[in-house]
Amino acid sequence: MPYLPHTPDDIQAMMETVGVKDWDELFSFIPEELRLNRPLELPPALSEYDLVDYFKSLADKNAIFSNGSFLGAGAYRHFIPSIVGHITSRSEYLTAYTPYQAEASQGTLQTIFEFQSLICRLTGMDVANASVYDGGTAAADAVIMAHGQTRRSKVLVSRGVHPQIREVLATYLAGSGLKIEEVPLNPQSGETELGEIDKDTAAVLVQIPNFLGIVEDGAAISEKAHQAGALAIVEVSDPVCLAMLEAPGAYGADICCGDAQALGNPVAYGGPYVGFLACTQKLMRRIPGRLVGMSEDTEGRRGFCLTLQAREQHIRREKASSNICSNQALCALATTIYLSLLGPNGLSSAAQSSFQASQYLQRRCQEDLPGYSLALNGCTYNEFVLRCPEGKADELQQYLACEGIEAGYLLQESYPEFKDCLLLCCTELTKKAHIDELIERIKSFEEA
Amino acid sequence: MNSKTIFEKSHPGRVGTMPPPSDCPAVQACEVIPAARLRGAKPELPELTELEVMRHFVGLSQKNYSVDTQFYPLGSCTMKYNPRVNELVASLPGFTDLHPLSGCQHVQGALQLMYELQKGLAEITGMEAVTLQPSAGAHGEVTALFAIERYFKANGENRHIIIVPDSSHGTNPASAALAGFEVVTIPSSADGLVDLEALKAHLGPEVAALMLTNPNTVGLFDVHISEICRLLHEVGALVYYDGANMNALMGLARPGDMGFDMVHINLHKTFSTPHGGGGPGSGPVGAKGELVKFLPGPTVVKHENGYVLQKPEHSIGRVRMFWGNFLVMVKAWAYIRALGAEGVRNASRLAVLAANYMRVRLQEAYELPFKRVCMHEFVLSASKLKKEKGIHALDAAKALLERGFHAPTIYFPLIVEEALMIEPTETESKETMDAFVEAMLEIAEHESGETLHAAPRGLPVTRLDETQAARKPVLKQ
Repeated sequence: MPYLPHTPDDIQAMMETVGVKDWDELFSFIPEELRLNRPLELPPALSEYDLVDYFKSLADKNAIFSNGSFLGAGAYRHFIPSIVGHITSRSEYLTAYTPYQAEASQGTLQTIFEFQSLICRLTGMDVANASVYDGGTAAADAVIMAHGQTRRSKVLVSRGVHPQIREVLATYLAGSGLKIEEVPLNPQSGETELGEIDKDTAAVLVQIPNFLGIVEDGAAISEKAHQAGALAIVEVSDPVCLAMLEAPGAYGADICCGDAQALGNPVAYGGPYVGFLACTQKLMRRIPGRLVGMSEDTEGRRGFCLTLQAREQHIRREKASSNICSNQALCALATTIYLSLLGPNGLSSAAQSSFQASQYLQRRCQEDLPGYSLALNGCTYNEFVLRCPEGKADELQQYLACEGIEAGYLLQESYPEFKDCLLLCCTELTKKAHIDELIERIKSFEEA
Repeated sequence: MNSKTIFEKSHPGRVGTMPPPSDCPAVQACEVIPAARLRGAKPELPELTELEVMRHFVGLSQKNYSVDTQFYPLGSCTMKYNPRVNELVASLPGFTDLHPLSGCQHVQGALQLMYELQKGLAEITGMEAVTLQPSAGAHGEVTALFAIERYFKANGENRHIIIVPDSSHGTNPASAALAGFEVVTIPSSADGLVDLEALKAHLGPEVAALMLTNPNTVGLFDVHISEICRLLHEVGALVYYDGANMNALMGLARPGDMGFDMVHINLHKTFSTPHGGGGPGSGPVGAKGELVKFLPGPTVVKHENGYVLQKPEHSIGRVRMFWGNFLVMVKAWAYIRALGAEGVRNASRLAVLAANYMRVRLQEAYELPFKRVCMHEFVLSASKLKKEKGIHALDAAKALLERGFHAPTIYFPLIVEEALMIEPTETESKETMDAFVEAMLEIAEHESGETLHAAPRGLPVTRLDETQAARKPVLKQ
């Protein structure tokens, strides 16, 4: 049987040592009526060869969009250098656990320290943790931190925040007594229209660029929040943009959260990704999850260890700052390697190319597609909203799928006010030829 | 100094790997985006060649212990072998390149896999339905507690108390607090099980649920489990199964049959997906009866023309973006498909036999607080060694590291003084376990607090100054 080393002789020898004669005796303390006396109903076991075959057959049932994808909306296809996978599949990283024994985990510990440092450098924040589950739970953690810090009873959440993140917040805060109030978007610019902020507001949460692709004025939002004594929380869903856009820390964000999937992890049908959470020095002791610190060993050598553990569940139980135990360490390692490889120039290039492709696509849509228009006039980075002729967006999307093109995200369900609209995304993997092809296919759709 | 950080190895001007250049017409960001919203200077990322990056991370990897390089009997974590065929199938482009917002008609293979896994896990745990959304065990716990909270609210009941035993995982009370419950901790009985009298004393109309691990964290199967579930149900409360220890029971007994109403399972423990230095995990949640309608959604449902994503009727909503840690699900289902019904049962049987074998061999030299047949793990105490020789659990752990073994979980559960929690798993051979036992016996016999003061020797670092690290935290560079 695969993966099980014990021969009948081993089993007999171990049973003798234990002092039992058979399996029934070994499990005799499980009451008779609770023992499962039938085989589990599972499909039959497969040999390694047949297993691979079966999983390939499942993978083959999924569509590959050979003529390009313009779908982002929270999950982004960027270039992943080949050595990322090579390093993350090394046994010593892949099959280790949480670095509780520091002396035997310096590799994992130092890479987490470097991840924390890279996230701080990218976001302009003071402190970052070792990762949380994803961009959605990172936002929930950020809001809970703000609630703890201000003891105020409400949080303002921009309608420009990813609709699924807003759903996660609603689930997390349902029983907490913290109220969520939605802040509308300006229908022309797509920017968050922050009105008066009252003294019950713990925080303002915005996503920059927002879900509709608009690069919001983070400085103005932070300032307004601070004037009312609230915290400014900025969610970033494709952090490649931070090579081009101002770092949230630089314009006064108190907490920056988001998902680092775009930095070295595949879209992988939604997971595993890597939530990140970074904050100002002032909020350091409220940050949930693991933190790695630099220290020295008894011989004065540099070393790394888990630190400030008094915040965590295994020490504080119900008084912990969060319940998190497992995080997304291996995905965080992928991000650490990715950022180390690309460096400032590579990341800037990826951001510039993503921006440039999106600009070209916008221009082509406006110039070559009569009846199609940009739904918003706010400035964009790599995603934007395309308004299609009335009643056609759905049909167009299906038509393009048959042509091997993944034509963005249909906004209607989450944003009824954006009927007939597609959210389109470009990255550095979007070639001019993909864009030209898309435009031609939309033209032939219109002619058909 | 060989612990230089990646930043200290940076040389401005060096280039690692570059993303593909754009062939679209050039546009400057400042023509489109106001200057104040643009970054002034490029982020201060390190600049190295690809080889330098490779050496850095390969070098660091060599400072880790891992399942593939060392015996890793970390109690409660189920550090079993991670089959590589699972990694292979999870790296198929038909899975890794799949966008989570692609329409259901384009992702039928992924949905079929999730559907089959949901069914398989429901069968193994004795639940009616399973959601794969939670990302880890603790995430599964809080998910279930959100559902429990919503369930009682929908029934017009105000139940705000969650009971946990003092032996429970720290995540249990932390999850309950996060879901807005008040936590009541009850003591364990002298034999390490739930103290029935203490439990009864706290039961009442305000209790929402009891959270329980079975086998519990000292590795014992709670023989009163049916009675415990009955007591909770009698007062209208629910029983939640923390599935961290499910590796003891696959194909042998099912939480659903014991009376549990909800469970979470850890795919990264029981179902062999790698721990990755702390994650990613996956913590599917199962439910029975009315609770099924409250699971987070969407889950995968099979219709006549194929698989679709659908929200349960009274779903609590989402607990994360998209559908869960999909690639972890692929690996877990590959594991279950490789073993089949008989294989998973054998895995659990052998995990229990292995733990008992080690327990019997170590129970004389170390103290065994609960003298009984254990399940897949057991807890020893170093309190006698501490008294007689000054060897703390921590010293024993460091001595094991020095001898080429990963240490057991130490100082947990909290109810055992100087606890050493050992979980060999079913994938370790008898020779490996024997070598570990010999090392433990040798430490007990020949070492002392004094000789172990400097342990571990020969590793990349000796013991670190954790006090200093917490007092003046250096968390970045």
